[in-house]
Amino acid sequence: MNDEKPAKKTLDLKRRPMPKQDHLERRKNFEEVAFGYPPDTAVEEARRCLDCKKPFCRDGCPVGIDIPGFIRAIVARDFAAGIRKLKETNALPAICGRVCPQEEQCEKLCVIGKKGEPVSIGRLERFLADWEAASGKLEMPEMAPKTGKKVAVVGAGPAGLTVANDLLVLGHEVTIFEALHDCGGVLTYGIPEFRLPNTIVGREVEYVRRLGAKIHLDFIVGTTRTVDQLLEEYDALFVGSGAGLPWFMEIPGENLNGVYSANEYLTRVNLMKGFRFPEYDTPIKQPSKVAVVGGGNVAMDSARTAVRLGADEVHLVYRRGRHELPAREEEVENAEEEGVIFNLLTLPIRLIGDEHGWLKEMECLEMALGEPDDSGRRRPMPIEGSNFLMPTDAVVIAIGNSPNPLIPMTTPGLEISRKGGIVTDEATAKTTKARVWAGGDIVRGAATVISAMGDARIAAASIHKYLTGQE
Amino acid sequence: MYEVIERRMIVPNHHELTVRAPAVAASIRPGQFVIVRPDEMGERIPLSVADWDAKAGTVTSIFMQVGASTAKLARLKPGRKIPTYAGPLGKATPIEKVGTALCVGGCYGIGSIHPVARALKAAGNKVYTFIEARSSYLVYWEEKLGRVSDGVFVVTRDGTAGRKGHIDKMPAMMEEAGVKPDLVIVNGCTFLLMRTSELTKPLGWKTIVNMNPIMIDGTGMCGVCRLSVGGKMKFACVDGPDFDGHEIDWAEFLARRKSYSPEEIDPLRRSSSATHF
Repeated sequence: MNDEKPAKKTLDLKRRPMPKQDHLERRKNFEEVAFGYPPDTAVEEARRCLDCKKPFCRDGCPVGIDIPGFIRAIVARDFAAGIRKLKETNALPAICGRVCPQEEQCEKLCVIGKKGEPVSIGRLERFLADWEAASGKLEMPEMAPKTGKKVAVVGAGPAGLTVANDLLVLGHEVTIFEALHDCGGVLTYGIPEFRLPNTIVGREVEYVRRLGAKIHLDFIVGTTRTVDQLLEEYDALFVGSGAGLPWFMEIPGENLNGVYSANEYLTRVNLMKGFRFPEYDTPIKQPSKVAVVGGGNVAMDSARTAVRLGADEVHLVYRRGRHELPAREEEVENAEEEGVIFNLLTLPIRLIGDEHGWLKEMECLEMALGEPDDSGRRRPMPIEGSNFLMPTDAVVIAIGNSPNPLIPMTTPGLEISRKGGIVTDEATAKTTKARVWAGGDIVRGAATVISAMGDARIAAASIHKYLTGQE
Repeated sequence: MYEVIERRMIVPNHHELTVRAPAVAASIRPGQFVIVRPDEMGERIPLSVADWDAKAGTVTSIFMQVGASTAKLARLKPGRKIPTYAGPLGKATPIEKVGTALCVGGCYGIGSIHPVARALKAAGNKVYTFIEARSSYLVYWEEKLGRVSDGVFVVTRDGTAGRKGHIDKMPAMMEEAGVKPDLVIVNGCTFLLMRTSELTKPLGWKTIVNMNPIMIDGTGMCGVCRLSVGGKMKFACVDGPDFDGHEIDWAEFLARRKSYSPEEIDPLRRSSSATHF
């Protein structure tokens, strides 16, 4: 704290608000909620930055973006320089600017945040990325000479795209194998349009393609070809195969019709465009009373999706309190504005169906918070005899998922953790199998986009060292 | 994009679809399935595979036309390109030397039991094939199945081919023929899978059923294909699709299988190809 430069200018403690769609209007559409800063607002917001000599914000960023650097460029109105600075360390700024949990990372450590509101680092990042897209002039980075080395990347999600980006710039040849019919991974199948439009993901994918990535869609590494088969052809391989089997609560009735995993619910709507059924063929039920179980970003996304699909009542059921919700504060506020009803300190214990196997109600217990547990959050304790029934036609379970089992199942020589993830060395992202690296949800289970990108960045650096004989 | 090599109605409402997909053809094994999307607006649907030619790079499925997406598949013409043909998915049916194997097929399963019978035969088993259909005009591939089996039994509801009756007749027919299977493998519609399992349970015949739940991604991510096997939650796309038929909660499975039936059928009523009165 001693090298913190005393602020010479007056502290501007209030962040500039970001214009967004009216909450009544946006309940009816899937368009993006927030419009982003206009240039003048971005510059005003950027001016709030103290340009600390020791930028704590940067320590909070899993990919180490030069935050004061790009903010300085915005203050100088040199947006082109700003986006260049940003892209030195982050291939997906339009995405990170929208979905990163900034309040837990960069913005949490912002010095102004101690007295007032931290600088809106995420919104400024988003501003630069959108400015570049709107300018129509996509600047390509300087590419290192070709090395002739070939890398296979499994999965076109945030981890895979980041690894591909870094290795391409370093001169290596990259082929991405994607199991689904569209790139983006969770960015496409999971995060809804109103929070991250697919066109923005498409834009970032296009950028990686223009850097030279070859992309094979509908290619299931593990079965279409195994990791071992790919290693015959490629010098190195990165596994970013992402999320797998959803977790359920292990309570009676979870296989009733009307009970969804968040992955199913969101995939039907986002990847398969179920909200446009029957124009698109994939249906999604439109029940009138929906309960979403969980308190993270995926739970908020599911609840807000249910609102937009026209449900009369959408409940968010979470076993801890408002303060413990793991979702981003901004998304919790958006959900509240849109009319999601929060049933906090509530734990479902049984799902009850009708004689045809359709869900009709959910039995819950009221909870109280006890002492903090291993996670540092106060432990939820059931209140005996507090059982009550909540009528509901649909339950979406958003409590997390395991790493995808396909590659662990089909790849001998990979050490797998008890939770089903690929074991890696933290410093290098190396797996226990030679020439194979891994990162993102396949290693961590359900985590954030930016942590997947952080893993990917470490892996790319390590792969580069290996390919250039520096180790 | 994947080129359609052939698509023809093989018997009423059942279509044979052959697609060029060399990577799939090179790696697929009996019991596995592919995920197909007929066009850019199409649903992802799982299809069991009935045959393949690794050299030519083609894969063949038999599918039954039920709802909107299979109706689209049923309109495909040779030369057309489809956007998704991904696979193989699911675990392969374990092929071991067990002695005598009975392969049971109905509906599309008459096709998809074929590679299973072929592989079991190649593994040195005595292989019998049992086909169930409503009527003779719904029986296909009898000869093709005969080439990979030691005997083919046919039962039809109206008796126009083989024995009159339905799958319930199977145990008696096996006894008459002196066939004592060490393993029964069933492919086809849910009712056939369930009924066969119910029949073989008291006989103590080990029965493997190739399950066909609703799926979306097919790669172990969405969880819609879950079912209860031996009281435990399993996922057909990665734990299966083959399971012990005696362990499955059939009532639950039947209900889940039907959860989107209205939506599957409804678009057919409004599609442009429907007849308007």
